[in-house]
Amino acid sequence: MKSDDKKSKSVAKERLQFVLVQDRVKLTPDEMDAMRDELIEVLSKYIDVDSQKIEMDVRREDDMTALVANFPLKGSK
Amino acid sequence: MAGKTIVITSGKGGVGKTTSSANIGTALAMHGNKVCLIDADIGLRNLDVVMGLENRIVYDIVDVVENNCRLEQAMIRDKRYDGLYLLPAAQTRDKTSVTPFQMKELIEKLKEDMDYIVVDSPAGIEQGFKNAIAGADRAIIVTTPEISAVRDADRIIGLLEAEGLRDPEVIINRIRADMVERGDMMGIEDMIEILAIELIGIVPEDEGIVVSTNRGEPIALNDNAKAGQAYRNIARRIMGEDLPMMKLEKDSFISRFKKLVGLS
Ligand SMILES: Nc1ncnc2c1ncn2[C@@H]1O[C@H](COP(=O)(O)OP(=O)(O)OP(=O)(O)O)[C@@H](O)[C@H]1O
Ligand SMILES: [Mg+2]
Repeated sequence: MKSDDKKSKSVAKERLQFVLVQDRVKLTPDEMDAMRDELIEVLSKYIDVDSQKIEMDVRREDDMTALVANFPLKGSK
Repeated sequence: MAGKTIVITSGKGGVGKTTSSANIGTALAMHGNKVCLIDADIGLRNLDVVMGLENRIVYDIVDVVENNCRLEQAMIRDKRYDGLYLLPAAQTRDKTSVTPFQMKELIEKLKEDMDYIVVDSPAGIEQGFKNAIAGADRAIIVTTPEISAVRDADRIIGLLEAEGLRDPEVIINRIRADMVERGDMMGIEDMIEILAIELIGIVPEDEGIVVSTNRGEPIALNDNAKAGQAYRNIARRIMGEDLPMMKLEKDSFISRFKKLVGLS
């Protein structure tokens, strides 16, 4: 079975991180997607981002909550 | 005396707030502290049965705020420790019977002669939760290693901070080392990293908790129970001691064998 390849703990961690991004920024999944698309659009004017590999996370740090986004460049390593 | 008030809360229901409140209160008293447990779950009173004090209740917290009795009359003395008291919730009233302001006043009064006041919060984020955190100096969030519980804990962290209760700490309850090991339960580090708050203790899944709840004797009283040890450690950390976290052990072959043949 394909879905069993990955340990359920990793699946849980990923799903949890995903819902927390939404909870913490108080955006719906649709709004998140829209924000992501717009960010890609703006960034693409200047750099070649690999839209397949974008990661967004909302992290709680000592005295603030931050949206941390990772936009890898195409063809870079 | 200027006691400290600790609220035990969670967001999600059934994750172990009442169990944790009873055991932390008991373990704090064990170390010689004067402690008052407050059951803030009005309408769903439970801390009394977990403590084994249900048949001593005459007055409750709503009687106190409505001036039907004095505070001391509603405080039930524990069977085991002189310095341990329980202020029970009302069972036939609802959460709006007490306001956050009244709660704060009540706690201010208790602080005069208690070292610690431990408030057992109801589940949810409504009025009952707001009452429970009203007089608190410190918050401990209980969660289990499940997505829904951790998600709700995260929500609570945000709400606590908005109310000025900074730096809450977390208890991760019902951890099973065997499941973590085989990759079927989120590990402690994962959850702490995601929640980004301080860990104050881990409590293993322990059948002994059910047995001790049946008897109305908090497991912290049991020297041999893992979960009892975990709660005693949490109490010492609350008192300011710097203790290492308990090692999670899988059931050894011997203990599994003993269980199998009914020896333990
Ligand atoms: N570490 C544990 N191992 C085994 N059982 C546990 C453990 N912790 C809690 N339980 C059991 O889980 C159940 C729920 O616990 P408890 O009543 O303390 O949760 P709660 O958060 O106070 O619930 P509520 O939100 O309804 O107030 C109880 O039956 C309790 O005995
Ligand atoms: Mg409870």
